[in-house]
Amino acid sequence: MPTHALSTPLAEDPPRRKPRRPAAPRLQTLDGLPPGPGRFNRSLHWLAFHGLPPLLGLALFMLGWQLLSLHNASLPGPATTWAAAVELFADPFYDNGPNDQGIGWNILHSLARVGIGFGLAALVGIPAGFIIGRFAFIGRMAAPIISLLRPVSPLAWLPIGLLVFKAAGPASIWVIFISSIWPMVLNTAAGVAQVPQDYLNVARVLKLPEAKVFTRILFPAVLPHMITGIRLAIGVAWLVIVAAEMLTGGVGLGFWVWDEWNNLNVAHILIAIFVVGIVGLLLEQALVLLARRFEY
Amino acid sequence: MDKFVQLQDVGMAFDTRQGRFVALRNVNLDIREGEFLALIGHSGCGKSTVLNLIAGLLRPSAGVLLCHNREIAGPGPDRGVVFQNHSLLPWLSCYGNVYLAVERVFGAKENRSMLKQRTHDALAMVGLSHASHKRPHEISGGMKQRVGIARALAMQPKVLLLDEPFGALDALTRAHLQDELLRIVAQTRTTTVMVTHDVDEAVLLSDRIVMMTNGPAATVGEILAIDLPRPRERLALASDPAYHAARNVVMDFLYRREIRQAA
Repeated sequence: MPTHALSTPLAEDPPRRKPRRPAAPRLQTLDGLPPGPGRFNRSLHWLAFHGLPPLLGLALFMLGWQLLSLHNASLPGPATTWAAAVELFADPFYDNGPNDQGIGWNILHSLARVGIGFGLAALVGIPAGFIIGRFAFIGRMAAPIISLLRPVSPLAWLPIGLLVFKAAGPASIWVIFISSIWPMVLNTAAGVAQVPQDYLNVARVLKLPEAKVFTRILFPAVLPHMITGIRLAIGVAWLVIVAAEMLTGGVGLGFWVWDEWNNLNVAHILIAIFVVGIVGLLLEQALVLLARRFEY
Repeated sequence: MDKFVQLQDVGMAFDTRQGRFVALRNVNLDIREGEFLALIGHSGCGKSTVLNLIAGLLRPSAGVLLCHNREIAGPGPDRGVVFQNHSLLPWLSCYGNVYLAVERVFGAKENRSMLKQRTHDALAMVGLSHASHKRPHEISGGMKQRVGIARALAMQPKVLLLDEPFGALDALTRAHLQDELLRIVAQTRTTTVMVTHDVDEAVLLSDRIVMMTNGPAATVGEILAIDLPRPRERLALASDPAYHAARNVVMDFLYRREIRQAA
């Protein structure tokens, strides 16, 4: 044991543990791998565990679908559906009157309704969430209403919308509004309630004015929760729009599905299901990307 | 000034689910201008409560606290706080965190470039000019705590309050930051109150050590003046009999007279 130059009580301490080393040699053997095949092996390994399973799952799904369609003459198989889709997407923006429009128009109309209903819900729901989260009294006031209304199926609101707006378009927007507002209100409120006391103490020590507390502390602290609420809300909105449009008619994916059911064009119904799924996936992914920008 | 901060018969009780919990009773303490005071005691003895009372984050349930002969009615930038867990805002850079405080305190009477200069000076004082653009999650625990100190000192507070500022740091970083704090306080002559449970830290840094009795209903047990000359030097003190004597007094208080019940 090396002795200290200064003769202090420190020198009488028990000998320090020798630095542990066994980890190092193992690391060296890993590094010692020939770089070429090692890297190749590793990327192959990654592919096998991350790239392969989804492909395998999709292949199995297609197989099941194919088998099902062989036993059921009215259900088109993947190949038939694909052929119909290619034909459909060859001209997505034709317009033969209100009941016969291209798939592109149907998607855009549905998206527009979701956008408007969801946008209005965000305009109302996010400030409401801030108020409910910041003021306990108002939070308790709102709690019974929210608990009562939240479990109601969005479509139950459709007659009210038709009654009030006397038109199908605004009524389906209303349904989107009411179904997507809850996740935003609740997540924003939860976010506000969870702002760490430490941050608020900083605001108190600095005696920040309420406007600064909001812009510098509350809003950035709540933003991740808010985006979670937005993500959930847009998922619900996209789920609900198909059902709402089935009931209200007009141009839109939901109506299109119902129209093709009346035409007994099952291939187009299947295409609609995929389109709804893919658009929903893209919306979700866009918001996941947005959320990642605001992780601290 | 001999009574810069005064605590007069301060008592603090919290209403908990198990009823009323008396944390502090009859705390009397005068803090002198420019002195470095350490509050030491076993955990749960209410030393952080004393600090929060001076900060104004808590209101006493009995007694009065005065700062500069005026009652402490709430928190304010004349009493800068360095929190135990740094409490930096993660969405602001180190610069942004300090600037927020500087802007709040001096924004009304100084222009932007003066505020910037103050922020840079504060970060330079804690040796963090190179990391001013970094976010808190990109820097180490010791650096975060330095930013916290820079933020508190940039406000040019009358009193600097430190709540176990180095408690979460490893021993080497802690020693380094203690030396920094010694240097900074010698330079700024800020009245400082520090909560700690580290005897060596208390003796090294303080002019006086306030030893607190065990809670509940904790109070000031004993006050020890540390007359070691300044500037103090860690290695020289290690062989200084006066240092060891002071250390032993505190150890004796903590481990013999106020021995903590088995937790």
